[in-house]
Amino acid sequence: MQKNKPEIADESGDKYKYGFVTDIDADTVPKGLNEDIIRLISAKKGEPDWLLEFRLKAFEHWQTMEEPTWAKLAYDKIGYQDLCYYSAPKQKVAPTSLEEVDKELLDTYEKLGIPLKEQEVLAGVVAVDAVFDSVSVATTYRAKLAEKGVIFCSISEAVKEYPDLVKKYLGSVVPYTDNFFACLNSAVFTDGSFVYIPQGVKCPMELSTYFRINAKNTGQFERTLIVADDESYVSYLEGCTAPQRDENQLHAAIVEIVVMKDAEVKYSTVQNWYPGDKDGKGGVYNFVTKRAACRGANSKISWTQVETGSAVTWKYPSCILQGDNSVGEFYSVAITNNHQQADTGTKMIHIGRNTTSKIISKGISAGFSNQTYRGLVKVSPSAVGVRNYSQCDSLLIGSNCGSHTVPYIENRNKTAVIEHEATTSKISDEQLFYCQQRGIGEEEAVSLIVNGFCKEVMQHLPMEFAIEAAKLINISLEGSVG
Amino acid sequence: MATPLLEIENLHAGVCDKEIIKGFNLTINEGEVHAIMGPNGAGKSTLSNVLCGKAGYEVTAGSVRFKGKDLLRMSPEERAREGVFLCMQYPVEIPGVPTTAFLKHSVNAVRKHHNLLELDTMEFIKMVREEGKKLGIDGEMIKRPLNVGFSGGEKKRLETLQMSILKPALSILDEADSGLDIDALKVVAEGVNGLRDGQRSMLVITHYQRLLNYVVPDFVHVYADGRIVKSGTKELALELEEKGYAEFVREK
Repeated sequence: MQKNKPEIADESGDKYKYGFVTDIDADTVPKGLNEDIIRLISAKKGEPDWLLEFRLKAFEHWQTMEEPTWAKLAYDKIGYQDLCYYSAPKQKVAPTSLEEVDKELLDTYEKLGIPLKEQEVLAGVVAVDAVFDSVSVATTYRAKLAEKGVIFCSISEAVKEYPDLVKKYLGSVVPYTDNFFACLNSAVFTDGSFVYIPQGVKCPMELSTYFRINAKNTGQFERTLIVADDESYVSYLEGCTAPQRDENQLHAAIVEIVVMKDAEVKYSTVQNWYPGDKDGKGGVYNFVTKRAACRGANSKISWTQVETGSAVTWKYPSCILQGDNSVGEFYSVAITNNHQQADTGTKMIHIGRNTTSKIISKGISAGFSNQTYRGLVKVSPSAVGVRNYSQCDSLLIGSNCGSHTVPYIENRNKTAVIEHEATTSKISDEQLFYCQQRGIGEEEAVSLIVNGFCKEVMQHLPMEFAIEAAKLINISLEGSVG
Repeated sequence: MATPLLEIENLHAGVCDKEIIKGFNLTINEGEVHAIMGPNGAGKSTLSNVLCGKAGYEVTAGSVRFKGKDLLRMSPEERAREGVFLCMQYPVEIPGVPTTAFLKHSVNAVRKHHNLLELDTMEFIKMVREEGKKLGIDGEMIKRPLNVGFSGGEKKRLETLQMSILKPALSILDEADSGLDIDALKVVAEGVNGLRDGQRSMLVITHYQRLLNYVVPDFVHVYADGRIVKSGTKELALELEEKGYAEFVREK
């Protein structure tokens, strides 16, 4: 798929193949954060007053909040006033079709293996929204989707074209008061994707957003809103990469999902932000709030994530199971190598009757990395007949990494059945020798063992994503043995 | 004329400065089956691990040639690909990795080394089914994760299956009978005997004579304190069984 080899400034011997920088003129606002900056961003985007007010309220609240410290993460203090909060590639004209999108941008996505020309997009099975720094640059297959009544566009466009929908649902699952990073995002978010699936519609193709951070010292704050109306279905994919830089880049996103009666949303992520070099220099700080509300009866949300990137990951995709019989699932593979740190998990909030949830978390730590599974299963007094099953497995490679499991269970209804299983294992010398004795080289053996370990999660990814993810896992662990 | 396959000369090896193998000499020609018998603690497993290149062992002197090549310079996987197979006493469990997937990786790694085309899934499954049948291995067993929850007998059968599909020039059987009841022992022995074709060689390491009733060796060596103290034909094994090791250990 990839025609041009990305030119990576590769002096460290790292294997991150998305580390190149696109040289393109950008429209950036001065660094720092204050009310004027927020007004400037809002004005640049030509936003309605209600949205500016939403931002300003969030900013006011954010100033009263403190950065959370409960996660098992150690990182340098983030200088929020040293960051730039808006950077958009300067395009000569505002593109109205793909042909008008700047060639530099199309080439960038091509290099990343995400062609935006429709005929090349996996033979019409995936529609893509491409977000470059602070703005969405292109969304494919919009016309075809519109025939079915499916709305798939950038959130900026949605604000203009479907203000009622956005106004109704924005912040309804993740209020701006929710947490420090979500609040910051609410004040400064610049773009992201918007999806609306009308009643009774099964979305005819996979929808995908591809996030790319390019500009230096710029935070990326995107916001995704997905609404699945009664009896609808959508499968949504998210991918992300960033250039290889010595400074840390901040990424603080929000994903909000509303699932109505009898509807189902499947949300898959392959997170491959730049993880920093082998000595822990640079890399993305990834602080993300993802939450889905199963509002209607018999609704279902399924999160699948493969986390290989970022220097620091703080992320807990959650399910609020309000509708009776609603189902929440969380399948996760997190891989950390070198000096990466990840504190990730999920929250299952059971409110409706007979709601069920399933958590399968697989953590692989190598090098000097540290990883924590942190998860909450909460059953409210009203939730009769709740069923939860959690399984958290950790695999250690080498003897300098760490793995931690922190499950919280809050049960207020005695009819609930909650199960939790956890294992920690290590790729042993005996296992490696056994593989080698049968002709299988060390790296291939590690990959075989790791892929076996993650299989239960990987099988929940859409096919073409699963292949990419398996490759990514192998790359992430290269050089972790021997 | 007999062609030497494995030539071990004056081998000295050990773990953490402790010498365990102390001047070991043995030549195995193509098609020969040799048995090494020795008491517990004689260093039998050390010998098989050193020959297969397991980490943690240090060779301090001597040489080992396999098909004329310096075996000690090869990585463990190269030795395996060249045709040294260790049928393990305690095969390790690898959760999550289906046995078939493991076998396919293994077979193709060896084929690739010999410039043969890799087998596709259909060809591979067909071969495994056929070979498995002979050893009483059903399709269900090889769908399970590698060795996970296998009984002692199942593990040994799987080792034998791997030996028969990889077709190694030299098979080292390390206490292949441990943990087997008599029926399982017969199945494994039949499998091993099925591989005796006058070309392939075997080194059977055991401290009981029992296995040698089924896998009848051409030569028997008594191994004690890191070296061979006596060599003979299959009758020597019976003599050992009768008199015990003590006499031979004293003899040296």
